[in-house]
This record gives sequence, C-alpha cells and structure tokens, in this order.
Amino acid sequence: MWSSEPPAAASPLTRARVRAAWAFVTPMLAVLALVAGWPLLRTVWLGFTDAELAGMGDATWVGLDNYRILVGDGTWWRAVGNTVWFTVVSVALETVLGLAIALVLAAPFPGRGLARAAVLVPWAIPTIVSAKMWGWMLHDQFGLINDALLGLGLIAEPVAWTADPDLALWAVIAVDVWKTTPFMALLLLAALQMRPRECYEAARVDGIHPVVVFFRVTLPLIRPALVVAVVFRALDALRVFDLIYVLTSNSEATMSMSVYARQQLIDFQDAGVGSAAATLLFLVVAVFTVITIMAGRLDITEGAR
Amino acid sequence: MRRTAARLGLWLLVAAIVVFAVFPFYYAVVTSLKTGSGLFRVDYWPIDATLANYLAVFREQPFGRNILNSMGVAALTVAVSLALALAAAYACARVAFRGRGLLLMSILSVSMFPQVAVLSGMFELIRGLGLYNSLPGLALSYMIFTLPFTVWVLTTFMRELPKELEEAAIVDGAGPWTVVTRVFLPLLAPALAATGLLAFIAAWNEFLFALTFTLSNEQRTVPVAIALMSGASRHELPWGNIMAASVIVTVPLIALVLVFQRRIVAGLAAGAVKG
Repeated sequence: MWSSEPPAAASPLTRARVRAAWAFVTPMLAVLALVAGWPLLRTVWLGFTDAELAGMGDATWVGLDNYRILVGDGTWWRAVGNTVWFTVVSVALETVLGLAIALVLAAPFPGRGLARAAVLVPWAIPTIVSAKMWGWMLHDQFGLINDALLGLGLIAEPVAWTADPDLALWAVIAVDVWKTTPFMALLLLAALQMRPRECYEAARVDGIHPVVVFFRVTLPLIRPALVVAVVFRALDALRVFDLIYVLTSNSEATMSMSVYARQQLIDFQDAGVGSAAATLLFLVVAVFTVITIMAGRLDITEGAR
Repeated sequence: MRRTAARLGLWLLVAAIVVFAVFPFYYAVVTSLKTGSGLFRVDYWPIDATLANYLAVFREQPFGRNILNSMGVAALTVAVSLALALAAAYACARVAFRGRGLLLMSILSVSMFPQVAVLSGMFELIRGLGLYNSLPGLALSYMIFTLPFTVWVLTTFMRELPKELEEAAIVDGAGPWTVVTRVFLPLLAPALAATGLLAFIAAWNEFLFALTFTLSNEQRTVPVAIALMSGASRHELPWGNIMAASVIVTVPLIALVLVFQRRIVAGLAAGAVKG
C-alpha cells in the first residue's frame, strides 16, 4: 500500500515535491513521446495516404484506399491466418511444456541449479542466432534432423522442412517453442516456489491422487502467474518478425502480419499500404490487450500503488 | 524399489530437458569447427576441429566492426534509458502526484506496441533527424522498448525502499536530486545492474530496426550481419562462418546469463508478474 498520500491541505513541502516529481518525469516522457507517440500517430496517418518510402512528406490523403487493397489481398489474409495460427499453437505448446518443465525443476534433486541454468540457454541465445542454428539443423540436404530421422527409419527421404509450404509454419512454431519455453518455465517455476506447503500436506494426509492435487490445488494457486505469462507470450507471438524473416524469409507460407507490413513498406516502398497493415496489427494487439485485462481481471494499476 | 524407479524417471526427465535446451547450441559449436566437405557430413562431436571459420568471419567481412557497433549501441541505449528511468522511477514510486496511475498505464501500454506499428513513422523520424544509417539513430529508436521496461522495473524496486531513509535525508535539507543520487542510487545498484543487463541484451538482440535503419555493412549490428551473411554463390550459405559468428556473439550472453541467473529471473518476474 502507498503510505504517504498527500494530506488534504497540501503543504508547501508537498507541493515542492510534486513539482520536482514532474521535473523528474518530463525528460523520460519527452523521449517516449518522440520515439513512440509521434511515430505511431504518423504511421496511422500514413496509412490513409498514398505515401511512398522515399519522400513521405508529399503524401496525399486517399481515405480508405489502402485498407481496400488489404481486404482484397489474399497474401494479407494468409498473413493474418498465419499469425493467429502461430500465436495459438506456439503459446499453447509453450504453456504445457513450460508447466511440465517447471514442475520437474521444482522437485528437489542434486544439480538442480545446473539444470535451471541449462534451461536458460535458449532464452539467452539471440533470436537471429537460433533461427540460423535451426535453419542449419533443418537443412534439407545436410541437416541433422533429416539425417537422424532417416537413420531411425522414420522418414523415407529427406524433408524440406523450411521450404515445403505445408511444413514451414510448423518448423517456425517448433523453433519458437524451443526458444521461448524456458521463459515460460522460469516464470511458472517462480510461482510454484511461492506455494504454501500446508495445502499439500493436507492433501497427502487425505490420500488424494497427485493428478487431482495438480488440477485442484496447484493450478488454482499459480493461475495468476500463468495468465500473465500466457498474455505476455501471446503479445510477443502476435508481433513475430525476426524468426520468420530469417528462417523462411518472405515466403507466403509463413509470412506473419509484421513480415507483410515490412515487405510492403521497405521492399515495395509502399508506405501507404505498409502503414495501414501496421495499424491493423496495432489494433489487433490493442484489442487483445484490453480483452485479456478485462477477462482475466488483471489489475494493472495494482503495480502503480 | 518404487522409489528407485521414481528417482530414475526424474533423472531421465531432467536429462531430456537439459539435452533439449542445450543440444542445438552444442551442434552449432560442432559445426563452427568444421570446414569444406566436413560441413556436409553430420557429426555429433568435433572431428578434425579447426578455428578457420572463426578467422574467416573477421577476414571476409567487417565482423569486428559489427561487434563494436552492437556494443556501442547497446551501451548507449542502456546508459540513457537507465538515467531517464531512474529519475522517472523516483517520481513514480515515491511521490503521490495526480495522474500517476495514468502515466504508468501509458508507459505499460507502450511496451505492448508491436515494433512494426511504428516502423514507417520511425523511419521518417530517423531520416528527418539525419540519423539514418547511424548508431545514435538505432539507440534512439531502441528507447521505445527499453524505456518502458526500465521505468517499470525500477519503480517496482524503488517502492520497496524504506520511507525513513528518505525522510531523514529531507529533514537534513536534502532536495529530491540529492535523495535520488546520494541515498537511493547506492541501494539500487543491484536492481540497476539487473535492469541494465536485461536492457543490454534486448538492444544487443534487436533485429527489425537494425535491419531497416542501417544500409551499409559497416553500420550493421551483429544480428543483421549474421542474418545477411552470404557466400560466393547465392544458393549456398557459408554455414561454417555463420555458426562461428553465432557462437562468438552467443558465448558472452550465455556467460552473463549464467552468472546473473538469479537476478535475471528476479528482474523478469518483477517486470512481468507485477505487470
């Protein structure tokens, strides 16, 4: 709880403090307005113009034309579908796997510190590097994955994991799961370690089956941390760019909304359509954020008190 | 008997988790030590290990320069965001002023921005300021994701500090500036280190802005340099060089993360769970 709320009649000292507070906040706010507020407003505006990348200054207003182009573009809808599918599947897999890993690492065993450190390795590796590493392991001719699967007799001939349109998105999902499950596992592990012991002792005395204990005791106890972790991961997944751009470049089979927007903006120099696509992605993320805050009753202002 | 079986099962699970986490990086190291036709053969441990790729990376392209660029941009980003965030966090954590809740909400909502959502506006801004294809331009754009995060985490940490310290300093006639720099700063050193480290890693790894706002190989940061590495022919990538470069930039990160493991988890938890 915040303990030094200002008294009803503000003393000169309090007023001086409030003035100082604003002076302390202003530089940060000015920078944030410059690098976040202004570019966002410009992007929204450019989405209603025929702007080209070179010379965005002489853009003229074209109303909803860019949005009409998007609605009629199959590639855009493919990108929307890919983004949603990627988000749902990868976050679901990461949650289940992350929870499983967290439960294992919560058990006491010698060398637990080392195991936890090992789990942090994928998180520490830059996304670009992990995309390249997996691109090499998934290589159709010389890759380790094909070699191992052929050796085990699971496939009859090498598979083009990142080039086959039916498999490429699954390859992207697999790499993302490898890269971000540790983050999930560690957040959940932190929550698991704050569980009160008493609930479990009571359950053990009553001889309740461990699976029942998991669903009736463990899950409800870590629910708040679980919801936050899932929301954060989902927000991250919706804006995915690096991994897809490096693993499969501009392939339509895996293109996300971010990749589409950047391709329009930079490769096709069409700042109008690119900005409109970026604005739509922003709206999707904003709506998702508002819905989860309301549905999960995530009290964000809790942190502000 | 059952206990031994359970113990064995736990060990197998742990081993599987560790292999799953570490093997891809191990395989990158093995690949980085191979050249020529060795690259086209799958080996599970180094055979005929050579450091040729590590030398080639620096000889065939300005990779040393790319590393310095990444360090410079990340250091500048961290220094400026920590300075701005420390001042702002003091105000947000210790002073009850009108609009504080709204302020923290807007800072948090900025951290949800997809980077692409500001890409065209940021491109125009960077060009307008004459910072296109320059390192300060990159550092400026990185503020969009380091500032909200550092303000948020430092506010969380600063709220925990005892009120008496500040009151004693005020009684002694210290102004807010003195309170922050002389009283709080030393106490916050561990928090600043953890926050700074996370911001450094975020800036070091950033790809989209670095790809879009730089043009020449000499101005590129490490992730862009690795992503755009190409060989003599367009169709065959120099995998040995790419893996060597990947290992070079990843080893320091892994070392940092292992050393600061506890603090990083605490920082992530403060940033995420309380958000």
